[in-house]
Amino acid sequence: MFKIHSEIFNFGASMAQPVQARVRAVLKESALLQADVESLADDADLYAAGLTSHATVNLMLALEEAFDIEFPDRLLRRRTFSSVNAIAQSLDEIGVYKEAA
Amino acid sequence: MMPAATVLADLHRAFRDELLRHGLLISLGVDGLYGRGGAFENVIERINAAISTIGDPDRPEVMRFPPGIGRWQLEKSGYTRKFPQLAGTVYSFFGSDREHRALIETLDKGGDITVGQQMTQVALTPAACYGVYPTVAARGRLSEDGALVDVYAYCFRNEPSIDPARMQMFRMREHVRVGTHEQTVAFRELWMRRGRALVESFNLTLEVVVANDPFFGRVGRLLAANQREENLKFELLIPITSKEEPTACVSFNDHRDLFGRAWSIETAAGEPAHSACVGFGVERIALALFKHHGFAPEDWPRDVRDVLGL
Repeated sequence: MFKIHSEIFNFGASMAQPVQARVRAVLKESALLQADVESLADDADLYAAGLTSHATVNLMLALEEAFDIEFPDRLLRRRTFSSVNAIAQSLDEIGVYKEAA
Repeated sequence: MMPAATVLADLHRAFRDELLRHGLLISLGVDGLYGRGGAFENVIERINAAISTIGDPDRPEVMRFPPGIGRWQLEKSGYTRKFPQLAGTVYSFFGSDREHRALIETLDKGGDITVGQQMTQVALTPAACYGVYPTVAARGRLSEDGALVDVYAYCFRNEPSIDPARMQMFRMREHVRVGTHEQTVAFRELWMRRGRALVESFNLTLEVVVANDPFFGRVGRLLAANQREENLKFELLIPITSKEEPTACVSFNDHRDLFGRAWSIETAAGEPAHSACVGFGVERIALALFKHHGFAPEDWPRDVRDVLGL
């Protein structure tokens, strides 16, 4: 169900932008990366940009608070938080796009 | 098929009762807390000697720590973030005479000792190597050779259990390597071969598997998944009370730069140091020996007694 929904909203980058932008805002606010968040591409590897396992935990908690969600167990893995796009996709999977719409 | 929890609990209780009956363990009235009898302790010493025989040629620096470390060290290492449910902090009475009087009244009424209690600066050592990182860090930048430490300490985990192999206070013998990524990777590979060979020489069946630490909660599931995906922890399992649920008796851990960053330990090149450790749960190995070869070490197979010098 969410899948169909996300396809609709992925037509235009402008529609997808808000979630990516909000993810960036969380990354920036939580100051978990030494690298400049703005200069990172949406698909840039956050672990390569200095996201430690320690910081991943803080990022997960910050995202849950910002989006008022709980990541389900199946998403509690390294890949979920590997890039801005990966995070946005995970949020999409648990229905955040729908709420944003 | 996994044995039902009640079946497993019965097996644990039966084994524990046998150990107590033979005077190998001494009950302290709390699950997971035991005194050790002479025969048990002798086996512990022989296991440690066997580990020394393997590790001593590397000329590690020997460090022995008490069962307590600075609470600030536990916090700085990140342990209390990841394992708050296992950590033990020492509390004591900081009250006045007035509070002492209240304490006595409370105790007389059968209450507990919480009156006037506050945290001390002491935490219980969660793993033998936790004292090593601050010590190495305090010496400044590493040399090209890095550091290699042989460490042994009583450790504490808040997890009461009737399984004698899950003690709340137990000893861990470790070798710890601090240096470059290449040095720590080579160290862990070496000890995985050595650990396997040692346990095989005790005539015990084993398997080595990818594992994760018992991180707390939902956040812990993420940490555990990360640890497994990156093969950061291997455990050597030996069946003790159950073949289906063998017990982790040795662990081989790659911390990457976790402690190097937490303690600002630098390699000779100025990079955050990596660390790795091998940890032998000596009580668990002893329990495996007693389980498989009998409660009387003098009756153990000749080759096992030879390896242990018994």
